[in-house]
Amino acid sequence: MELNRRKMLVLGTAGAAVTAFGALPAFASATEDAIAKFTGGADVGEGGVELTAPEIAENGNTVPIEVSAPGAVAIAIFADGNPTPPVATFKFGPLAASQFAATRIRLAGTQDVIAVAEMEDGSFKQASANIKVTIGGCGG
Amino acid sequence: MISRRDFLQVGMAASALVGASGFGNWARLAAQQSLTQDQLLQFDTFGNVSLIHVTDIHAQLKPIYFREPSVNIGVGENKGEVPHVTGADFRRLYGIEDGSPSHYALSSGDFTSLAREYGRVGGLDRVATVINAIRADRPDAILLDGGDTWHGSYTCYHTQGQDMVNVMNALKPDAMTFHWEFTLGSDRVTELVESLPFAALGQNIFDAEWDEPTDLFPPYTMFERGGTKIAVIGQAFPYMPIANPGWMFPEYAFGIRDENMQEIVDQVRSEGAECVVVLSHNGFDVDKKMATIVSGIDVILSGHTHDALPEPVVSGETLIIASGSNGKFVSRVDLDIRDGRMMGYRHKLIPIFSDVIEPDAEMTALIDEQRAPYENELSEVIGQTESLLYRRGNFNGSWDDLICDALLSERDAEIALSPGVRWGPSLIPGQDITREDIWNVTSMTYGEAYRTEMTGEFLKVVLEDVADNIFNPDPYYQQGGDMVRTGGLGYTIDVSAPQGERISNMTLLKSGEPIDPAHNYVVAGWASVNEGTEGPQIWDVVESHIRTLGTVTAQPNDSVEVTGI
Repeated sequence: MELNRRKMLVLGTAGAAVTAFGALPAFASATEDAIAKFTGGADVGEGGVELTAPEIAENGNTVPIEVSAPGAVAIAIFADGNPTPPVATFKFGPLAASQFAATRIRLAGTQDVIAVAEMEDGSFKQASANIKVTIGGCGG
Repeated sequence: MISRRDFLQVGMAASALVGASGFGNWARLAAQQSLTQDQLLQFDTFGNVSLIHVTDIHAQLKPIYFREPSVNIGVGENKGEVPHVTGADFRRLYGIEDGSPSHYALSSGDFTSLAREYGRVGGLDRVATVINAIRADRPDAILLDGGDTWHGSYTCYHTQGQDMVNVMNALKPDAMTFHWEFTLGSDRVTELVESLPFAALGQNIFDAEWDEPTDLFPPYTMFERGGTKIAVIGQAFPYMPIANPGWMFPEYAFGIRDENMQEIVDQVRSEGAECVVVLSHNGFDVDKKMATIVSGIDVILSGHTHDALPEPVVSGETLIIASGSNGKFVSRVDLDIRDGRMMGYRHKLIPIFSDVIEPDAEMTALIDEQRAPYENELSEVIGQTESLLYRRGNFNGSWDDLICDALLSERDAEIALSPGVRWGPSLIPGQDITREDIWNVTSMTYGEAYRTEMTGEFLKVVLEDVADNIFNPDPYYQQGGDMVRTGGLGYTIDVSAPQGERISNMTLLKSGEPIDPAHNYVVAGWASVNEGTEGPQIWDVVESHIRTLGTVTAQPNDSVEVTGI
């Protein structure tokens, strides 16, 4: 087989891991900026937001996540290690039966995904999950 | 008011009083060097429910030798905890005498001489005898297969798992879960699962497109035994599409999914289950963590990491049972289930000493029938070994050293990579190496031995990535294999360092030069998870190498230096 470097990288997603690792500090501040933009600089508390995500992504290009925050008017998702951290913002009107959203996101490498919820009283809550994107291949 | 938690602790305490484990009953036989089937099977039937657990058989129908690891490092909270205790330390922990049958069955050290003394282990005809004996005590005992059953031999490969299905069906299991089975490809898995006369379980086997449960793999099944209801929930290997080629079963998604596990536990409790058993292929440390997160599980029958423990480990309020691999052990767990809860247990890990346990004649005939069409190919002698050939260990084993040497010489490469799988029996010095023996350590549906070029930088990425799959301090991020084996490449690994910083001193062994990140190296390997990998099958590469050698002599391997333990 002609298993060239490019193919290995693309299929193994290892190249992405390297990139993300090297550049994480820069992205982290981009994420902080994006969160501050969403919250208007308000303090963000913990609790009240449930973020469900795989520990290890089966495919970094399409990672299923779910977020739930009862009483939220909006939930924003940030991928800390992506070149553009903001992923999506879900808004919930007063008639929404539940404040829940499920989607699939693309991750450039192993990183934290952060969900920030804006609550009815104007406060902000967050939850995060570390999702690993790995080369795989050696299970027992 | 007394909570359920309090009740359980009372229950556990009571169980300790009635004798929790069968271990020790046969360990003392060392002095007389005699062991009988009755002694191995001795068990005072207890309570009202019996579970029988087999797991990770890897298609080993016949008795084999199997050396347990001498290097099995635990990290994070599992540092120094079982199953990460080996050799003499393991024997001291459990009070096992050196040279005893339990030394041979459960721990490494002095393997070759003990193997000559105590003989082979396993064989599904012996396993059948043990299961029949337990059923004679308790006719409605529940037999559970933890998976990795339809993979790992010449006949299993050539029959696409049919040999194992035929033999296991004769043992009449009540339920099963899965891992390597999926590497037969989803069409074949569907075909075989639809043919099974028992439940194929997996609460974490989901449809990949819709991320919903599947019809083929229900989450649980309910049993009524001894006047009580027992729910058995399946947990397949969570990281199948990552550790194995996901393109072979693209319809399925997995993951640990402990929130769904909690929902299922709550559901079966509400349906009247007084006892909840999880038949798991998570791996031991993952099971231990899951038991602290998901409440309401009484027993986890743990598979995947191939650990054999003579006593249950209690995590939170849950018993975790580790039943070894390759047909070497059968676990029996008797439970006293009363008034909606587990009041006590008795457990025994039964080692299958093949020269002690009488084979079941019908099962022997059935096994031989599966093998008959292939007998000539299986038994052909390819070479001899004058060294112990084994696989288990975090960093290397003499079988993998031989496989890496085969890749280097047969594929004319500078560096060889061999996957850190944990299956594959051992051979003792003086044995012939047959074709069957080679297939037992290499057989898989993606065995093509590739030859490619990798930069030094990329090789480091590979090593770092695999190292994190083993040594991430959070078990939920571990995949349950061992470190990728390297030939022609030495390195230092700090197992306690964070991801990306564990590997250093990478050295090209033939020149002694440090690995240059920018240089391209010729690398041969096998078991790539990438679709379209081309090359000769690894078993042909190894066979050709052994034919050339004639007699295999293993050299000491000190190419990996381990720190941070």
